[in-house]
Amino acid sequence: MAETTISVTGSEAGIQKKPRSLFWRRRSRFQHNNLVGYLFISPWLMGFLLFALLPIVSSLVLSFTNYDVLRHHILKADWDYIGFDNFHRMFYDDFRYWKSVKATLRYVSYAVPLRLIFALAVAMLLNTKRRGVYLYRAAYYAPSVVGGSVAVAVMWRQIFGQEDGLINAILGVDIAWFGDPRYAMWTLISLAVWQFGSPMLIFLAGLRQIPPEYYEAAAIDGANAFQRFRKITLPLLTPIIFFNLVMQTIHGFQQFTQAFIVTGGRPLDRTLLYPLYVYNRAFVSFQMGYASAMSWVLLIVIAFCTAIVFATSRYWVYYQSDER
Amino acid sequence: MGVNSVRRSIAQVELSKGQKAVLKTLVYHTFVALIGLGMIYPILWMLSASLKENADIWSNVDSLIPREIHLENYANGWKGFGDQSFATFYKNSFIYAGFGTLFQVTASAIVAYGFARVQFTGKRFWFALMLTSMMLPTQITQIPQYILFNELGWVNTFYPLLIPRLGGAPFFIFMIVQFIRGIPTELDEAAMIDGCTKGGIFFRIILPQLKPAVITAAIFSFYWTWDDFMTPLIYLNKPELYTVSVALRAFADPSSATDWGAIFAMSILSLLPVFIIIIFFQRYLVEGIATSGLKG
Repeated sequence: MAETTISVTGSEAGIQKKPRSLFWRRRSRFQHNNLVGYLFISPWLMGFLLFALLPIVSSLVLSFTNYDVLRHHILKADWDYIGFDNFHRMFYDDFRYWKSVKATLRYVSYAVPLRLIFALAVAMLLNTKRRGVYLYRAAYYAPSVVGGSVAVAVMWRQIFGQEDGLINAILGVDIAWFGDPRYAMWTLISLAVWQFGSPMLIFLAGLRQIPPEYYEAAAIDGANAFQRFRKITLPLLTPIIFFNLVMQTIHGFQQFTQAFIVTGGRPLDRTLLYPLYVYNRAFVSFQMGYASAMSWVLLIVIAFCTAIVFATSRYWVYYQSDER
Repeated sequence: MGVNSVRRSIAQVELSKGQKAVLKTLVYHTFVALIGLGMIYPILWMLSASLKENADIWSNVDSLIPREIHLENYANGWKGFGDQSFATFYKNSFIYAGFGTLFQVTASAIVAYGFARVQFTGKRFWFALMLTSMMLPTQITQIPQYILFNELGWVNTFYPLLIPRLGGAPFFIFMIVQFIRGIPTELDEAAMIDGCTKGGIFFRIILPQLKPAVITAAIFSFYWTWDDFMTPLIYLNKPELYTVSVALRAFADPSSATDWGAIFAMSILSLLPVFIIIIFFQRYLVEGIATSGLKG
């Protein structure tokens, strides 16, 4: 959109002032710009072809082979094509696979909505002109700054892990967080929810865009706080909720570091998130054909989730410009 | 009597309204500050644990104030493990994050200019493809990339970490494209009429104006690279090549770790570069997000 507007206004300006130079420029653009354009985007284009497209195609091919990085040599092509065996094994024989699918779905379906609810609630709380609010914003955002690090993952493991750990001391309970299959996942979910900072900042920016007149008018009409939230805030925020939902879901499916360090899949594979299992298959047991098949399933699931959110978005995403 | 009582009640209402506002502010600040404290409590706890004596960490678990300050945790932790001190790990992390950021941001700015200001056939297609590629899970490219780099003999070198970054990153390219679109085209056109080439326009006109966007991209790039765990975990398998994140994980291995004071000290230290950068460049961060991040 924006690029067309820019070029249109540019040529319009040219028409008004110097039609001849426009003609000259048009021609020179026509002659040189393909070369110049591709030259400028060539770093990305080569990177994309070499490190994204080629790998995607190769991983599709690999997923139909028994390729093992220790036994086979890629240039000798000495592996065997085994058809759909990897997929068959995955769906029918590999009980760990289904455990990891279950764990991942459980993780995503708790962590993503909870994170967004907290993000929105806190953003509304901080959407005020009161003094010192920037300090609170910093405090609420701090966990997200450090959250992806190994340091925090190690800390999280220790505050839940020890029998006399911090969380047990605070809650006054005596739970074996990593030993009890019922609770282990909550160590990961809580870590994810704690880091609601970036969707919060995005919500906050969205809330600032809502004209205060809407709330004033609603208040005059006697709408209470909940009605104002339901009828003004929520509909106007839907594009941002949509954006956050897509991004957080995609992120959720790819969570690796925290699962790797905090639980490592314990206990009984209850927290064996999908990327963790792919990693184990590919880089611990080196069954890269099988792992490629698994990662293709992940790609399809992520594409499917994104597609659903996009396809249904027109029913629930409200864009202000639609009305004009 | 009637009039008086009405007046009195109005006065009461007004008074209580003023009080109400004060009370509301008070309740707000107490509530928000308490939750805020809860949010940073784990970080404060880790900071305090890094200063505690080992026995004190778990016996005095819910106290934020160490019985005695033990700064030697930091010295002990710095010694590292397996002949390697944290000096090595920091050196490796700075190589990865420093060059990684330099490559990624430079390439992203160049590519962004191509997408934002040059007309060429297939531009829309490539741009859409680039945006779509942001959604790709890392798992899908990781395994064949590993095979490729393994065949090249690049495992246990920094090449697999740095070479892919020469292509820029879709997220930063998109961000800088949005920023360039906000720069008026008049200057470009004036320069073009004066005979400046596209390359000249990029270096002389666009690049100087890109500073806020480039700095924002550099902050994020550095921060994500510094925190990156999976790529160094896969490619750097010798302790002398470990980055801080990988080293920290090995250092805190639950089956062998005992010196938790030292582990938390190194954990705190590993967060420091990110904190310093964010505090120093906060202004750019806010500006960058405001001008480019959300208005697309």
